[in-house]
Formats: sequence, C-alpha cells, structure tokens
Amino acid sequence: MSKSAASGETLYIQHFGNEEARSLDYYLKQMQGYTALKKAFGMKAEQIIDEVKASNLRGRGGAGFPTGTKWGFIPKASQKPKYLVCNADESEPGTFKDRDLMRFTPHLLIEGMVIGGYTIGAHTGYIYIRGEYTREAKLLRAAIDEAYANGYLGKNILGSGFSFDLTVHRGAGAYICGEETGLLNSLEGKRGEPRVKPPFPAQAGAFGGPTIVNNVETLTAIPFIVNQGGKWFASLGRAEKSGGTRLFCVSGQVKKPGLYELPSGGVTLRQLIYDYCGGILGDKKLRAVIPGGSSAPVLTPDEIDVVLDIEPLMKIGSMLGSAGVMVVSEDYCLVRLIWRITKFYEHESCGQCTPCREGCKWMKDVLWRIESGKGRDQDLALLLDIAENINGKTLCALGDAAAGPVLSFVRKFKADFEAHIRGKRCPHAP
Amino acid sequence: MAKLLSKKFYDEMQKLEPRYPSKVALLLPSLHAAQEEYGWLPPEVMDEVAAYIGIHPAQVREVASFYTMYNLKPVGKTHIKICTNVACSLRGAEGLIKHCEKRLGIKPGETTKDHRFTVHEEECLGACGTAPAMMLNDDYHENLDVRRLDEILDKLS
Repeated sequence: MSKSAASGETLYIQHFGNEEARSLDYYLKQMQGYTALKKAFGMKAEQIIDEVKASNLRGRGGAGFPTGTKWGFIPKASQKPKYLVCNADESEPGTFKDRDLMRFTPHLLIEGMVIGGYTIGAHTGYIYIRGEYTREAKLLRAAIDEAYANGYLGKNILGSGFSFDLTVHRGAGAYICGEETGLLNSLEGKRGEPRVKPPFPAQAGAFGGPTIVNNVETLTAIPFIVNQGGKWFASLGRAEKSGGTRLFCVSGQVKKPGLYELPSGGVTLRQLIYDYCGGILGDKKLRAVIPGGSSAPVLTPDEIDVVLDIEPLMKIGSMLGSAGVMVVSEDYCLVRLIWRITKFYEHESCGQCTPCREGCKWMKDVLWRIESGKGRDQDLALLLDIAENINGKTLCALGDAAAGPVLSFVRKFKADFEAHIRGKRCPHAP
Repeated sequence: MAKLLSKKFYDEMQKLEPRYPSKVALLLPSLHAAQEEYGWLPPEVMDEVAAYIGIHPAQVREVASFYTMYNLKPVGKTHIKICTNVACSLRGAEGLIKHCEKRLGIKPGETTKDHRFTVHEEECLGACGTAPAMMLNDDYHENLDVRRLDEILDKLS
C-alpha cells in the first residue's frame, strides 16, 4: 500500500511547531475554537455520551478503553462532587505526543475538558502534568488564564449556567503516577501508590468523589466529535472498533523519528518504519521493534507486517499501548536494551507489591550479569521464572509492564542471550 | 520562629487553596514552590511546609522522598539530567554521560566540589523523537551530541 492510500484527514499535526497556534485568537479563528462547547451546552449529557460511543474513541493513554463507555460509568445519582482529571503524566518511555498537544493546542484540551465536565456533571477539573514538563505547564496555565478571561472557564460559562474550574497540577517525577489511581493519590498530596480496585475511580476517585481520568489525546478529540459527530470521527479510522486518527511517536534508530498522525488502524508497522520514517538509520538491518511504549512486548523483524492497532497487536502478543514505537537496529545490543528497560521498572516500582519490588531488582541484576559476560547457563530459565512470578500478581499494571518485555526478549531473542553467556562477553562491546 | 519561605510562596499557596477540597492536596505544589526558593528541600523548610498544611513533618518527608524531582540534598547551580532511557540510549545518551563524567570529573549522582554542577541519569523525559535529550535545571535540550553538549556547557562557564 502506498503512502497516499493510508493518508487521511489530520486533526492536530498541522498545528504542531506553530508557536501562534497556542493562542486563543488562533484557536477561535483557525480551529473553530469553542464552537463545540456551545453546541454541547445545547445537548443532553446522554446525547454527548452517545456521540462519544459512536465515535469509537478509545483511551489514548495506553489501555484503549472506550471513552464513551467510561463516561457512562459515572453514577448519576451520587450527591458527591465529581471530578474530571486529565492524565498528562506522559511517562511511558517512547511516548511524546501529549507534550506537543499541550504546548501547541492547549485550548483543544481545555475545551475537551469543559465538555467532559459538563457531560459527567463535574465542576472541577485537574490536569495532572508530569513535573518535568515545566514549560508545558506554564503554557497550559497561560491558556487557562486566557480561557477564564474570556468566559470559557469559571462561573456560568457562555451563559449556560454551567461552571467549571480547571487547575494544572504538577507531578514530581514518578512513572507510577501515570497509573490512574497512583495519579489520584498524588493529586491528593500522597505518595503515588496505586490503590486497590474496586472501587474504581468512577465510583470513588479523587477526594472520594466519582472521577473520570482521561489521557490528553483522548480529551482533545472531544471537540471534534461534538462538532462533527461521532460517526464522522469513527470514519477517520480504518479499523472497525477504532475511530479517529492516532499520533504515533516514533523514536530510536530510524532516519526520521518524530510524530506521525495517521488513521487508526491505517498502516502497518513496516509502512510506518520504511515509508514514513525513511527506514533504518544508516540503512542498517532492523533487529527489533517495541510498538507501544517500553511496556509493550518486543516484536521481531518478521512481525512488522502487523496493522498498528489495538486488536492486531494484541493478537500477536504485544500491545499498541501509548503508540510509542521504538525501533532498534543491528547496532544496539538487545541484552543491554532489555537490561535498560528493566532498570527503569526497578527504579519506578512503587514498592507496595513484593513480586514487583523484588522481582524487578532480580531481573535487572541477572540481566546485567549476562550483559557483562558473567551469565550462567541457568540464567534464562531463572529470568523467565521471575518474570512469570511478577506477571499478573501485582496491584497495578507496572508488574506486567516489567515482566512482559523480559518474557518476550528472552523468548524471541534467545540466541543473543546465549551468545553473551557462552562467549562470556557482550558481542557488541568494543 | 522566623519564616523561611517567602511571602510569594504563601501568596501563591493561598491562591491555590480554594482549587482543592483538601489542604493536603497543596503538598506537591508547595514542595515545588519551596524548592524553587532554595534549590532543594532543607529539613527546616519541609517542617515549615508541614506546619503550613497542618500535617506531621514525617508525612511531608514520606511524600517528598517518593518523587525524584524533590532534591533532599543540595544540588549544583546547574543540575544536568541526561535521559538514558531506551530512545535516548539508542541515540547515544551513554556517550553523553561518559563525556560529562570526563569533563566535570564527577559520576552521575555527584556534585562538583565548587557546587556548580550536579549530574544525574534521568528516566524518560518524553522527548524521544528528538533524542538524546537532557534537562538543564528546568529547560529541555534535545537532539544532542557531544559537540552540542559542550557548546551548551561552554556557555555556562
């Protein structure tokens, strides 16, 4: 399939890199700014939820849960204050789309959040942004001030009688705060340790109130869906269950890394790497691809004809996750790579669950032993055993995120590990 | 006791307070603001944050120690944080760390004797498409190589 066959309408990427795009003036004039909000105020909450359901919008943070269904979980009868929280923690390694959405199209996020708040009956919203995005937090705050000054936030928005306050809340460097209940604890001023579920946030989330947590890219889709209809949004996607476009974050050893906005389910991994990103750096051989952030099990070069969408990747034992595609050429040692990935999870494990806290450390140590030429014959079986004892045995998905990559690297690239153990050195070492 | 945190700190927190249904939610924002004034979080400053929020000082330490961005020890005037996660390592970040070690004579986690530089290996900064990346204090620097790193550091010297 050629490039053009897959290309379609884009919602965001044309504004990225344009410093003007972040102003309210640009948003109103060039992007039909806040017209969806006006339209939404004329709709019932159920109608908006129906449109979002029809749009086939699925959570863009990694889990891929249908957004309309999630919004429908909010108990209408609850008298407790409700909250809408935007997960802007963007800490999954390989993911860098929300950063551009926030720094170039902040009003799209604000409008999406006001509509979301109106729909679920929340009058308070928070954007939980990772602490390192200092500059992006400032830009968001400036956009929020503009929105307040012009009546798009605050009391009685656009004369609708609906009030909504929005606050930027900075994280402080903890991957686990991207997990929604870890995030909520952090928002409340606690350690970002994930909670036991149930209760799910829709029942008891922030400050004990019913809460929806949505990713940045998910919320920025809402104004488009309200304005042009769920059906239209669904038609942007090429897969049955996935609507809209998707921002693919490509990094690693390709010629043109960066963001690519493509129809959901519109391209294969091979097309993305070779047609869009210009192939492998230095025309080297492809060795491995991590398709959905570092938590996604690795793929071999034989597996890249897979369509980049939720179901096709799940079918071959990996995941689309946050659409962070990391490409590895023959130049980099895969044992070193999985050691580095595991080092990350060991560092970020919150420590609540023993399998994750202890297991990640053991996996890291064994991987380093192999990488540094001191590996033992039984180490591969040991690694698989530790990983299996983490997988599915922890409160949150961090345990699975650490185990899955180790299982897949050891199973798919066994020869690389064996070469280290047998040769008593890393073949890539100088 | 004389207050260690400025009027600016208290004004900022007072403005934020109505945004949250609980005062404890001000803990992260107040630690950020306090660190902005001192460059790190001295124990007395954490105690003052505890008193302001109305929680036990141990609760502040429990939270502060969970997050990597809160400096519980003083750091150099320029805090260099080089990402060595997957995407940055695939693009040569390990070379940047080695170069920093050589140029500054310190290992990751250490501060130069003159307190001018601290170097840390950092986890993913969310700048993978423009890797390798680093933060110098609050600012991102992307698409780095040893030459660019030297140029940036030369400007500081």
